[in-house]
Amino acid sequence: MFSKILVANRGEIALRVIRACKEMGINSVAVYSEADADSIHLKLADEKVCIGEPVSAKSYLNIEKIIKAAGNAGADAIHPGYGYLAEKEEFALACKDNNIVFIGPTPKNLSLAGDKIAGKKIMEKAGVPTIPSSPAGVETLDDAKQVAGKIGYPVMIKSAGGGGGRGIRVCHDEEVLDEEFPVARMEAGAAFGNNEVYIEKYIVGPRHIEFQVLADKHGNVVHLGERECTIQRRYQKLVEEAPSPRLDDTLRKKMGQAAVDAAKAIDYFNAGTVEFLLDKEGNFYFIEINARIQVEHPVTELTTGIDLVKEQIRLSAGGKLDYTYDDLNIRGWAIECRINAEDPERNFMPSPGTVKDYHPPGGFGIRLDTHLYEGYELPIYYDSLIAKLIAFDLTRQGAINIMKRALAEYKIEPLKTTIPLYMQVMDDPDFREGNFDTGYIERFLPDEDEEDDDDDFL
Amino acid sequence: MSSTKQGKRVEVCAPMAGVFYRSPAPDQPPYVEVGTQVKKKQVLGLLETMKVFQKIKSPTSGKVVEIVAENEQPLKDHDLMFVIEAG
Repeated sequence: MFSKILVANRGEIALRVIRACKEMGINSVAVYSEADADSIHLKLADEKVCIGEPVSAKSYLNIEKIIKAAGNAGADAIHPGYGYLAEKEEFALACKDNNIVFIGPTPKNLSLAGDKIAGKKIMEKAGVPTIPSSPAGVETLDDAKQVAGKIGYPVMIKSAGGGGGRGIRVCHDEEVLDEEFPVARMEAGAAFGNNEVYIEKYIVGPRHIEFQVLADKHGNVVHLGERECTIQRRYQKLVEEAPSPRLDDTLRKKMGQAAVDAAKAIDYFNAGTVEFLLDKEGNFYFIEINARIQVEHPVTELTTGIDLVKEQIRLSAGGKLDYTYDDLNIRGWAIECRINAEDPERNFMPSPGTVKDYHPPGGFGIRLDTHLYEGYELPIYYDSLIAKLIAFDLTRQGAINIMKRALAEYKIEPLKTTIPLYMQVMDDPDFREGNFDTGYIERFLPDEDEEDDDDDFL
Repeated sequence: MSSTKQGKRVEVCAPMAGVFYRSPAPDQPPYVEVGTQVKKKQVLGLLETMKVFQKIKSPTSGKVVEIVAENEQPLKDHDLMFVIEAG
């Protein structure tokens, strides 16, 4: 086992990893930027090292400084948390070159997880369902019609050079395709300098379901059940839960097997998440593998009783997985709300400032992962996630009731947070019945600020 | 909004704490310089707060007479950024 781990992150996830180290009897080294000198993770770690200026590129993303800090401290392993360097192949390689264990997937895993096209090909070969699409660029309307006919409507025309939801056109039938195809090509050319487009099946009203997997160095891969992460805004997850109210045992078994097959297909190591879209008919499609510990990992921990961060450390030290999904004593229901310092009434504008009046919730069924404290000044440089509130009970309704109660108790004054939005969600009949898709959250949001679309001068 | 009086000095302050950028990207020219004639709602700079960028726009047409905020420096809520001479 390791004797000292450097935690290459900040905020709640740095605390999370430092706590795991303490429980395992491993010394921890915290790193911090000049803007985080008052951060609470520095108080809990055994050692601390300042790694530079506030801007992330000069501190938390600075591979050289972090490797040097680890070397000087005599750390034998680095835990990257999520975000920042967690999925950077270059960082995993730098650790290796310096004889430091990177607590996470192999460099090869990271490079494959980042390459969507290569990843899709491997999954198809391994028999994991992927979203049907044209094999390559589609150049003529006739070809487009043929592909769309084969895939089945509705389809999306996507720009090969685009990303992040840009340049996507949905066609519900051939008539719309006739009209949209030439425009999509022109638009792609103008926006991305590449008029290549491809056609992909459009999944109507999908849910986002992901499976937690763990893999050791001895060829064992297990899944730890699913997380329901359908409630999102602009691809940012807001509310997550385990299990999913949509899955029954048959579907869970099928998707769980696909998740294990996906991990095995890329010879995956350590903790990872296999993401799927699930349509209304119960068809599921592989999207990608997230090669890291995820923000929403606590809901899996509460329902399985497995500490995922400790498992990451144990597996990196050569530990073996000696259990399967069926051996786990899975029970109850866990829901997480990601509390962001953002104003849902003002198009989720960030709300920086100092926490002047702080009262965290507690009581039966509550877990709170946060780096907040009274008097803490939120740095303006980092993202707005300030707390993860997780409720657990034997039933989903019970967990919702606990969450509602805890949200009402949670005081973070005078910051604007997403707490009021979650209180509305917990009261919403559709949420309570588990009836939602990825477009769900829009009903709670005011119309988008027109002002911001005024790009004349940008 | 009624038109601002000719020649009046209009202060543009930071709407919240954040890091100020004078240009859309490091390799691009600043949005405005001292002396630039601007229209109402023209972008003067960007403010980055917790990974979110917002445009700082001129509240009036006129001339940029002072750029108080420094590029890539952190600002506090209400810090003075620009002075525009309405016209």
